Amino acid sequence: MKRIWQTLTSGMSKFIIVRLLQIILVLYLYMTLVFIILEAQPGDITDIYTANPKITPEAKEAIVKQLGLNKPIYERYLNYLRNFVTGHLGCSFKWGNIRDVPDPVCREQRPTWDLIRERLPRTIVLFLTYTIVSFYIGFFLGKLIAWRRGAIIEYFSTVVGVVLFTVFTPWFALLLVWLFAVNLGVVPIGGFINPDSWTNIRQIGSVDCSIGISCSNIVFNHMLLWLGGLTLFWGIVYLWSRRFPYPWQRNTARWGAVALGLVLAGLFFGGGWLGEIDRVVLARDTKFEFFVWHFEFPAGTIPLFPLALDFVQHMVLPILTLTLISFAGTMLLMRNTMLETMREDYVMAAKAKGLPDHVVRDKHAARNALLPVVTSLIFAIAFSVDGGVFTETIFSWPGMGQLLLLSALEQDYPVAIGSLVFTGIFALVAHVIADILYAFLDPRIRYD
Amino acid sequence: MQAAPTFKPAEAIWRVRLQLFWRGLKGSWAMFTESKIGLTGLGIIIFFALFGALWPAYPWLMERLAWTPEELEAARNVPYGAISSIYQVYDPVTGYDPLIPGIENPTPPSRRHPLGTNQFGRDILAQLMASTGSEFMLGVLAALITVFIGTFIGAITAYYGGFVDTFFMRVADVFILFPLVSFLIVLGSMIELTLIKLAFVLGILYGFGQITVILKSQALAVKVKPYIEAAKVAGGGHFHVIFRHIIPNLLPLSFLYMMFNVTGAIFSEAALSFFGLLPGIKVSWGIMIDSAHSGGYILGGRSFQNWWLWMPPGIAITLLCSAFYLVGRGLDEVVNPRLRKR
Repeated sequence: MKRIWQTLTSGMSKFIIVRLLQIILVLYLYMTLVFIILEAQPGDITDIYTANPKITPEAKEAIVKQLGLNKPIYERYLNYLRNFVTGHLGCSFKWGNIRDVPDPVCREQRPTWDLIRERLPRTIVLFLTYTIVSFYIGFFLGKLIAWRRGAIIEYFSTVVGVVLFTVFTPWFALLLVWLFAVNLGVVPIGGFINPDSWTNIRQIGSVDCSIGISCSNIVFNHMLLWLGGLTLFWGIVYLWSRRFPYPWQRNTARWGAVALGLVLAGLFFGGGWLGEIDRVVLARDTKFEFFVWHFEFPAGTIPLFPLALDFVQHMVLPILTLTLISFAGTMLLMRNTMLETMREDYVMAAKAKGLPDHVVRDKHAARNALLPVVTSLIFAIAFSVDGGVFTETIFSWPGMGQLLLLSALEQDYPVAIGSLVFTGIFALVAHVIADILYAFLDPRIRYD
Repeated sequence: MQAAPTFKPAEAIWRVRLQLFWRGLKGSWAMFTESKIGLTGLGIIIFFALFGALWPAYPWLMERLAWTPEELEAARNVPYGAISSIYQVYDPVTGYDPLIPGIENPTPPSRRHPLGTNQFGRDILAQLMASTGSEFMLGVLAALITVFIGTFIGAITAYYGGFVDTFFMRVADVFILFPLVSFLIVLGSMIELTLIKLAFVLGILYGFGQITVILKSQALAVKVKPYIEAAKVAGGGHFHVIFRHIIPNLLPLSFLYMMFNVTGAIFSEAALSFFGLLPGIKVSWGIMIDSAHSGGYILGGRSFQNWWLWMPPGIAITLLCSAFYLVGRGLDEVVNPRLRKR
């Protein structure tokens, strides 16, 4: 018992526990704050019926009673907290139930939690991809322009960086849609899937999905699992391979893992792995139009690959836009920190040893300039849902941000408030996870 | 008779202070002008300030420069929608040109309308100019509130420490991770946000967040300086030490962060009005882009047609935001000792 206590109260575990306790406190403060601000608004939800002659005062009274607005404020506050803890986020005013059977609580309306659960993965995929891409590009370019200080490329990239950093996001997104989708026609204008490709699909694996949207969810969840699994696998292999003494051993392990992951993913999406899960069965007597596959498949089936490609096509433009907007901030930050590390003695020493230029730059200077960049990465991940509202709306990507904006515009308050609180919770949780990972990655940081 | 002793009176304390202040300002200005970045930004800000200040004179100028007497006469005598004064043509919300048939709008740039008209017949340049002032006001007001709160809370938390410190730092944690955009969207759908209200909301939400943490760490560095001890020994109370010694030393840094906050505030206003969540604001750069977009003039055209509807407001927002950001970067090199001499 004593030993367990010691492990818990020392070093890393103590840091994690303290951080988790802090986050629970901050979560509570955040939810209270949202409640207070929303309560401070004049009137209540039923005010939108004021001008509606069909809603009599008695009916209005009934709605107030049904929604529990006549209860005292502390009771409503406790209800609000309890509902969030138990996952009852209320019923949407506008979204109808899409299942065959009525919902046990919301009857013909759709529960907010159901909407959020459907949309959160889409947002996470979009924003995780762009965060990683844009941070890598920003890191790489920032490193280069700091190293070649004073060259033309530095002035050019600083100007471009500042413009992209401060550009009005919705306007810039529209500009890119206009250029790439309307004029060049290389990518779809917006949306999530191309409905034409999905109309004749009967089942995926063994799951029957005659309603198009749930089909796309299944494929999307497969993609999400693969993306997460591969990232985790590669990350673990990367960390594990660091203990090998020779570069060739490290490189073999890392590239081997990359190849293995890609081959497995290729087999899965190519339909050659498990027929139970990864074959798409088409409706009888139809052909799948845009894809020619070279292997023999049972009649009327295709692999998941073309369907996955449909998502990827729709993701290209949002990711390009988000990357262009956000890589500049990373680039400028990386340039500044790199300029500082380049003046350190150990960089001078590495140069004096006669190490090649790129080794000094990549291994000695850039590694140590990475810290503030990783800090800003943590914040970027935390803010991804929040910042995604504009991009998702303009590209009609049906994620959390679009849900929030649409429900706010249509005065669908349960969904709006539910997704607002959920956005905050997501930001907090992402921040804590990133914080803990950060402490693992950087041996200099021990918060005790 | 003994001559009355003549002596030079000691210089008044306010004059000494003014001189010191002036000298410090000159030094900072010299450092500021060393970087082209800050000067560029300042130039753009001055340009926009003049641009916005010119707005009341714009219809008057156009009447004399662009309209011929015959056109004016014709505009006063058209069968429907005749105007009585030129201000009716250049009103940013209700204006129209009686000589252009409504069906022809949007019209490309012409002599009477240097940036063309939008689909409702409003003069684009007039709309741009009319909203410049409010963008400035919103940005500066929100940033002032932010800096006021941030400086005050930062100084107090650093000075008192203990419970005050813990409390405000946890509050700052909440505000740093606060989903500001989402929150403003939900709030905008519930109440009618006017410019002043929006400035206060933005100012408060930014004020308790990151800026408090940054200014607190600066205030901690100030707090251990010998002159704070001296002030305490000389009998200065808490209030005196905080307001006369700590806060003046935080002001340069506060001013720097004010610039970055102006950028954030202008951006938020433009984004919210773009999505139609600020019904209290009738004309703004965001609304201009929105009306071009919802009218199908951005994504509807394959070539660059109708550019005058959406390029000017987009460029204006980008330029003004980047101007404040650039001034902030220029000030950074003055305020931040690590960046000073490169």
